[in-house]
Amino acid sequence: MSFLREISPLVKNTFLSERDVLSICAAQIAAEIQQDERKNYNEVLDLSSGDLHRGGIKSITFVRQVLAACFYPALLEDDSLPLDVKQRADGLLRQCDGGSVGSYTDSCGIVKIKQCVSKFITRRDGGVPSSPDNIFITSGSQMLMLKLLVQSGGSCRTGVLIPVPTYATFTQALEDQGAAIIPYHLCEEQGWTLQVEELRRALHAGRRTCNPVALYICNPGNPTGIIQSRKSIEEVIRFAAEERLFLLADEVYQSCVYGEDTEFESYKKVLSEMGSTIASTVELASFNSASKGFMGECGLRGGYVELVNLDPAVKEYTRTLFSTRSSPPVGGQIALDLMTDPPKPGDPSFLTFSEVEVFGEIPGISCQPLKAGFFVFPCLHLPLRAIKWAKKKQMEPDMLYCLHLLEETGLHVRPGCEFGQRKDSYHFRFDTMEDALQRLKTFHKQFMKEFS
Amino acid sequence: MGQKPITFFRQVLALCSYPDLLEDSKFPEDAKSRARRILQACGGGSLGAYSTSQGIEIIRQDVARYIERRDGGIPCDPDNIYLSIGASDAIVTMLKLLVSGEGMSRTGVMISIPQYPLYSAALAELGAVQISYYLEEDNCWSLDINELRRALQEAKKHCSPRALCIINPGNPTGQVQSRQCIEDVIRFAATENLFLMSDEVYQDNVYADGCKFHSFKKVLFEMGPEYSEKVELASFHSTSKCYMGECGFRGGYMEVVNLDPEVKVQLTKLVSVRLCPPVPGQALLDVVVNPPQPDEPSYDTFIKERTETLATLAEKANMTQEILNQVPGIKCNPVQGAMYSFPRIHLPPKAILEAKVESACTQFNLISVLFMDISKGEKGQSPDMFYCMKLLEETGICLVPGSGFGQRDGTYHFRMTILPSKEKLKIVLAKIKEFHQHFTDQYS
Repeated sequence: MSFLREISPLVKNTFLSERDVLSICAAQIAAEIQQDERKNYNEVLDLSSGDLHRGGIKSITFVRQVLAACFYPALLEDDSLPLDVKQRADGLLRQCDGGSVGSYTDSCGIVKIKQCVSKFITRRDGGVPSSPDNIFITSGSQMLMLKLLVQSGGSCRTGVLIPVPTYATFTQALEDQGAAIIPYHLCEEQGWTLQVEELRRALHAGRRTCNPVALYICNPGNPTGIIQSRKSIEEVIRFAAEERLFLLADEVYQSCVYGEDTEFESYKKVLSEMGSTIASTVELASFNSASKGFMGECGLRGGYVELVNLDPAVKEYTRTLFSTRSSPPVGGQIALDLMTDPPKPGDPSFLTFSEVEVFGEIPGISCQPLKAGFFVFPCLHLPLRAIKWAKKKQMEPDMLYCLHLLEETGLHVRPGCEFGQRKDSYHFRFDTMEDALQRLKTFHKQFMKEFS
Repeated sequence: MGQKPITFFRQVLALCSYPDLLEDSKFPEDAKSRARRILQACGGGSLGAYSTSQGIEIIRQDVARYIERRDGGIPCDPDNIYLSIGASDAIVTMLKLLVSGEGMSRTGVMISIPQYPLYSAALAELGAVQISYYLEEDNCWSLDINELRRALQEAKKHCSPRALCIINPGNPTGQVQSRQCIEDVIRFAATENLFLMSDEVYQDNVYADGCKFHSFKKVLFEMGPEYSEKVELASFHSTSKCYMGECGFRGGYMEVVNLDPEVKVQLTKLVSVRLCPPVPGQALLDVVVNPPQPDEPSYDTFIKERTETLATLAEKANMTQEILNQVPGIKCNPVQGAMYSFPRIHLPPKAILEAKVESACTQFNLISVLFMDISKGEKGQSPDMFYCMKLLEETGICLVPGSGFGQRDGTYHFRMTILPSKEKLKIVLAKIKEFHQHFTDQYS
């Protein structure tokens, strides 16, 4: 049993998310509720991940009907299913070997679905062409792309610029590959915007210790909920062009945009409109997924990456890399097909919320307005006593806050320390469900009183 | 490949995907009850929610009970079960954990020749040292401990051997290890302090008389505490093979035995990076380990479908071996299990020469990269790749050359599956027979 302690250092160094502490507590409380041992609330509201279904939002009927018919084709004879469901399922089954979703598919994804995705991208970007050859279907995560970019050895260790705050799983994935993280801070006071001077500062600092190769952006932002302006996207692209950085554009929240004056523009579209030199040289990988957006099908594990301006030899190698993974899960591929080619008129593609000043009236919490995505990232102005108490318990102050919040109200949210934040600032990632907001308001008043 | 899916499994999956169907009287009650149970364990009662990264708890519990039943009651802790994206994901994860060190202390992993190239690809990607041990072709591809010993001693000179991978039943060879052999391997691993990885995805695919599947875990525990408390083991299973054949769903699991608790923490952390395995695959795995019981409405159909699939595979295994052995220049070991035949082909010297001269066709670059024995650094194609190309061009039959799986120097093989329908398979075998004779004549 002893030698396994010498396991891969890459794994050992991966940051152990504090997810466990809160999640374990949440599970315990849920169990207590089951046994009627809790009086102050009757359910744990899980807002800990961007998981619509877990949060109680229902799945899209059309999606689930198609999925069911694909899994069990006998349903195609069923009267209860609408015609468009049957037609779609039938079409998808024809793309599968032996007409069955149980077959392996092409390791980069079913061809027809990749065509669907590229048409979706072209429509989204107002006609900018997209080729299915540049589309790679994945099982949701971005890990395979990272393999292409990252070399973990010695002074040539690959560096990737990452925003602060950012969601922890991506950072973990990078560390798992042995990459060096180069943090750049988003500007909270200006609505979590990206400042190029800060990018420049981070890059120069990074160059002293590693070989920065890529720049990761999440737009719309997680946990911040902001949408990058077109001007900002252009600045980033220009920066990437000057410094020869590979752009990783995580755009999984692209279809969750709120407010009348906000609009999502893809990195690819903006890139294509920046003059032929930049448009044809800056290398870009943009990610989308069936886990977010209006479908929220996280459990199906469907996603894709579109590669732009990659050297053909590198693309070929990408194909080889993908081929070592057999095929992406078929349920996820079906979800992607439906996401990129949803039923026509009459069905919602965008959630329409008006822009909300969520925390305007809660003393001790300030928050940038929600523009996109599922979350807000409010700033906690904690009293000194609370901070001291947390330090005494050897815990981050925002973690302490989240634990108390969970205990008192059943709300499970993630602390800012998990996403990264400026020193001595505290945040938590929150969802704007009405019920949750109410519980939070009540709790927060109590907490501030207790620790003042 | 034309194999019909098991009705019951697909019904449960449909019910889980679209729960409105739970009101549909056309679905049997046993399928509905399983679907309800699975959905209750999903976040928000939906297949679309993330699960925990180790996999849905009740499913891990069901898997544990399945393993206990399979292994005659030897206890299995659900906490030692990790659901995965097919077995491949779990295999790569374990290898990731194991690989460390530099130079002389770089991790070495023992893998059979021939082997399923996931292993060699993963080892190459991780920069681990591949330690090849040859299976005995003349003895039905069995594993010889002396060969393991030889390979290990040799490897110790340039790396730090840490793990030993076995595929049982074997891919591509189809051999089913005897119990004695498994015991010998366990003893060897114990003595040499090696981590055992047993790839058992074909555990239901056993055809030959006198052959039986023995799980490494069962044998380990029956060897007494001297071994069962010491030897570290990870065994892998999947929904892609056996009688289910549900490759697209990416369902699978691994069971870890005797892992240091701290190492398990690291393992749990590692799997959390990929969030969770596809939930439909998890749901499918649950029904596979929890199939209809004799007193349930779906039992008869289920048993009929399962028996038919396995029986047909057995017939096809037999037929393949018989027909190929009738061809002069092809020698086929008995297909004892799994889904493949890996016959040895005799290639005339002229053909071998021509292969070396011919450069790899660019349109098949991907196959070349994946399956060519790049370490040889030879110019041109492997002779068996050349053979398979010609076969493909002349007959449209696509096989995989032995060089992709590894083989002794100077020997050539191909791997074919036994999955087409009996009628189609007969035609395929006849065409191969014809091609081989023609090829031999052409290059004499």
